[in-house]
Amino acid sequence: MMNRINQKLQEDKKLLSIYFTAGYPNLHDTETILQNLEASGVDMIEIGLPFSDPLADGPTIQASSTQALKNGMTTEVLFNQLKDVRKSVSIPLIIMGYFNPMLQYGIDAFCKKCAEIGIDGLIIPDLPVDVYNEQYKTTFEKFGLINVFLITPQTSVERIHFIDSISNGFIYMVSSASVTGSQSGFGEEQSNYFKRISNMNLKNPQIIGFGISNNETFTQATTYAKGAIIGSAFIKHLSKEGVKETDSFVKSILNKT
Amino acid sequence: MSYNINEKGYYGEFGGAYIPEMLYPNVEELRQNYLKVMAEPKFQKEFKQLLKDYVGRPSPLYFAKRLSKKYNTKIYLKREDLNHTGAHKINNTIGQILMAQRLGKKRIIAETGAGQHGVATATVCALMGLECIVYMGEIDIARQAPNVARMKMLGATVVPALSGSRTLKDATNEAIRDWINNPVDTHYIIGSVVGPHPYPDMVARFQAVISEEIQWQLQEQEGKTKPDYVIACVGGGSNAAGAYYHYLEDTDVKLIAIEAAGLGVDSGESAATSVLGKEGIIHGSKTLLMQTKDGQITEPYSISAGLDYPGVGPMHAHLYKSGRAQFISITDNEAMKAGLELCKLEGIIPAIESSHALAVFEQKKFKPNDVVVLSLSGRGDKDLETYINYFKL
Ligand SMILES: Cc1ncc(COP(=O)(O)O)c(C=O)c1O
Repeated sequence: MMNRINQKLQEDKKLLSIYFTAGYPNLHDTETILQNLEASGVDMIEIGLPFSDPLADGPTIQASSTQALKNGMTTEVLFNQLKDVRKSVSIPLIIMGYFNPMLQYGIDAFCKKCAEIGIDGLIIPDLPVDVYNEQYKTTFEKFGLINVFLITPQTSVERIHFIDSISNGFIYMVSSASVTGSQSGFGEEQSNYFKRISNMNLKNPQIIGFGISNNETFTQATTYAKGAIIGSAFIKHLSKEGVKETDSFVKSILNKT
Repeated sequence: MSYNINEKGYYGEFGGAYIPEMLYPNVEELRQNYLKVMAEPKFQKEFKQLLKDYVGRPSPLYFAKRLSKKYNTKIYLKREDLNHTGAHKINNTIGQILMAQRLGKKRIIAETGAGQHGVATATVCALMGLECIVYMGEIDIARQAPNVARMKMLGATVVPALSGSRTLKDATNEAIRDWINNPVDTHYIIGSVVGPHPYPDMVARFQAVISEEIQWQLQEQEGKTKPDYVIACVGGGSNAAGAYYHYLEDTDVKLIAIEAAGLGVDSGESAATSVLGKEGIIHGSKTLLMQTKDGQITEPYSISAGLDYPGVGPMHAHLYKSGRAQFISITDNEAMKAGLELCKLEGIIPAIESSHALAVFEQKKFKPNDVVVLSLSGRGDKDLETYINYFKL
């Protein structure tokens, strides 16, 4: 069976992927958020496994992680919450988290659990490409998990080709040199970067993340890429409106009324 | 077995560069250049000149007669406390500021806990006329006010780290985030032998001047280059790395690392990483760190802000695991007592970090003929308030 991520990537449409931190705003919101997002027409979801020291994240996701940990979120709790998720959610699900909590759980055990639940892929910002290749690739593949790699405007052409060659799914294109959430719109520099990557005709489609917050930035990103990922803007929405009101957020991004 | 770094950036199984892709170009630029730059005769000349004329090196290797008598062994103190700015930290910041210049960087960032590394960074930035931004936990800013003022006088901008537990580890996170946001013009001066490869090795090499000097100073005074023991306190582990460096592969020289036990190793208020830590990833390095069983990094405690870090550098994780170094933990009380003892016996007021190292003599017996070199990493001026409160002076 083909991985759900790859199936989704074959659809003839631009994809909207949403990130949220598991355990935020309340410990047991995870399932509700997943179901509501799917019902609102989101194509893919990244479930954030909170970490005490999220190096690549800006203030919004940091604060949601701190709160989630305070609420009692752990790897074990998350896996329990997701135990029956495939009975009610069918879009691709990715766990995004830092490497240390996974390492402590045990990479083999972690991947096995993901496969049992029906998780399709992982994004681990601080697991370097070479370490993954040498030590963990076989495990991920054994459990049918896609590992998603990042590229940034500073990534060299040579390295982009290398990352493309070892990717199997999509490439996560970080929109600019920044941590999550710190953009207020894309300028010419970003457009040029989006164009440059688009023209490289990579084997894997690209999905752009970091700094996407509204219909305008979503449209800019998906002009050049297969899809876009929204994180901080959705967390802000959750903190204001709570978990029930995801529909209005998704509609505002897709500009549907 | 080798105790130094291998070509992949690991000490045994520890080290590496566990960094997000956003940092890859910065760290890779440094990795490709640091050894080449450090090998340039012009770089070496400038580095040595500044260490001599500006820092005041060589720092004396002082035979502590009364202390030796009390503990019936031969104790030499390596006087890093006499360096400009009052600690060993400046050896590293001088080296790294020259490195930053060679790499064409215009903007310097640093993290600091107690403020010693922040002051040492602000100092070299003033010296070179470079912009300096120091991240410091909001809680540390409140408890280290004099060092905050010093940094400001030296022209640095001190930015409070408001995330997480608002102490050293969070200041380090903020500095790393700043580097992600400013990948082209900025150099990050890390303050200890921590962080992603090549930092632990680069910082160790800059601090290696400590053991380079010990070798010839001991030759002059004892007629041999090798002591029986080298002792140093370990926060991240930079003064220890420097004091050990030229003796790492020579197992005749025994190495002792002193960690902060805080209120006691089992009290829940401790920073004794070798006892309480487990293997994991912190600040881009695979090493020993204090964490929950779930892999969340926990907050350490020590009366000494410089030892109040939940990890140790990968070199020290390897020295611990391989048994090359003996690790001893010292409580707040033991350290404070040893600090005051040095004042009375030798007329030297040590930094509380260094007081932890000094407390070894109550824990471990040395033979009368043992030559014991102890890294006196800093002076106690910055800690006066803590000493005053503790001893009700
Ligand atoms: C005087 C002194 N000694 C020791 C340390 C601990 O650092 P390291 O373990 O890197 O030598 C510090 C850190 O602030 C310090 O100021």
